Amino acid sequence: MAEEKNFLTDLFTSIGGFFYAACGEVFSFIAFTGRCAYAVLDAFRHPGKIRRRELLYFMDLCGADGVPITFLICFLTGVILGYQCAVQMQKYGADAFLAGLVGCAMVRELSPLMVSIIATGRTGSAFAAEIGSMKVSEEVDALRTMGFMPERFLVIPKLFAMTLMMPLLAVIGDIAGILGGALIGMGVLNQPPAAYYAQTVAWVRPGYFFESIIKTAVFGIIITFIGCWQGFRTGSDALAVGRSTTSSVVLSILFIIIADTILAHFFNSIFF
Amino acid sequence: MQEIKTDITEKDIPAIEVKDLVAKYGERVILDHISFTVPKGEIITVLGGSGCGKSTLLKHITGLYTPFSGDILLDGRSIVYADEEEKRRITRFFGVAYQGGALFRSFTVGENVALPMEEYTRLSKEEIRERVKEKLKMVNLDGFQDLMPSDLSGGMLKRCAFARAMALDPMILFFDEPSAGLDPVSSASLDELILQIREKTHATILIVTHELDSIFRVSDRSIMLDAKTKKIIADGKPAYLRDHCENPDVRMFLNRGKL
Repeated sequence: MAEEKNFLTDLFTSIGGFFYAACGEVFSFIAFTGRCAYAVLDAFRHPGKIRRRELLYFMDLCGADGVPITFLICFLTGVILGYQCAVQMQKYGADAFLAGLVGCAMVRELSPLMVSIIATGRTGSAFAAEIGSMKVSEEVDALRTMGFMPERFLVIPKLFAMTLMMPLLAVIGDIAGILGGALIGMGVLNQPPAAYYAQTVAWVRPGYFFESIIKTAVFGIIITFIGCWQGFRTGSDALAVGRSTTSSVVLSILFIIIADTILAHFFNSIFF
Repeated sequence: MQEIKTDITEKDIPAIEVKDLVAKYGERVILDHISFTVPKGEIITVLGGSGCGKSTLLKHITGLYTPFSGDILLDGRSIVYADEEEKRRITRFFGVAYQGGALFRSFTVGENVALPMEEYTRLSKEEIRERVKEKLKMVNLDGFQDLMPSDLSGGMLKRCAFARAMALDPMILFFDEPSAGLDPVSSASLDELILQIREKTHATILIVTHELDSIFRVSDRSIMLDAKTKKIIADGKPAYLRDHCENPDVRMFLNRGKL
């Protein structure tokens, strides 16, 4: 009887502890979002206060530095998708639709996802590590005691850089993916380049590029928010930086997939 | 309307006033009903063994942590009950030099010192450059403004942190373990620098430290925190406390473990 009572007490304590910790996380994220929203409004009110050097640095880090890897991964994704589809479509004589399938899949879905996953690994984790190590070395405390709002100083340049550069990377990824598919269309299915191009243009509507741009901008905001939030939540030891970096990547990918589900439904209701 | 005259002048308002402060981490009490005042222009050292709450006290005074209860007044203004805007205003009249320097690693030495001036003053770039040079000269770092913090030695990092803390000519300076991790020569030169800063700026200086040489060299007064009782167990001139304090723990601490 006593053992059963202890088991029940432990069970309820664990459940209570889990929900208490979960609520703490949610409140911490809401508070962080509120401070960031205030910092964004403040940045729009006083654009001169945005530190241009940091903005350009992060635009370079998130954008220009990411072009080669984004192009390569999206191109190879286009090749893989094209090859897998070509093999199946050939069986049913549906080769002509390869360009449309690869184009639509890449532009509407795979390219934004690939670009975001690359950015999560490259940039989101770097944001978490940078802010986390600043926290360990008391630089964030120094900002607070100098009367600065750390979110304005540390999040705003990253947020603006990511929101501006992610859509550009998405367009590069879209084109790379289409080129990857074209390589298979022309190389394996022997389709003439003009025919492949005509099919792509016929199937891939300009609105799909808009979808790709909006999605990656939203994913860019998610990556920045989660990366920076995890950075600010870093504990005071060096191991904590590693934990924050890992959490930022896992949480970003989770929230990107959730956001993608919602956006896929939203854009489908617009286009179809 | 008749003007009300009081005998209290601005000079009588203490630079720092800690009233009945209780600090906790979760359920664990770190500081239990601590009260003390620091008059303007005084150099006070906060001492105590490891884990007695020295840094916690500093973080509460500088507004980084909110106390469980009690109040902290800086030049008569409560940093505990201030809203965010008021808190930011209060932070402008104090400067903090952290243990590891806490310099921004992506900024040069000069940019680190210039940062508060760029944010809070309307000085031109040229004027800021001149003032940065002047502050760096005060800490014997003239000519180092274009170096990155990673190029500086431990002692130079601390001096640069002093210069940044003094950027806006604050009336209160907080130094967290200024001599920690330094060789005896660098440590002694930092002590001299602290005395020079007080002489030139007339600032009130609160130092958190357990370096005995520094305590005896620079401080007008010391308070000692105790990890067991979580209270202040000694308050007075360090040399007097070393020789005459009734509490043997205090005498032992100030005599390097010997009674």
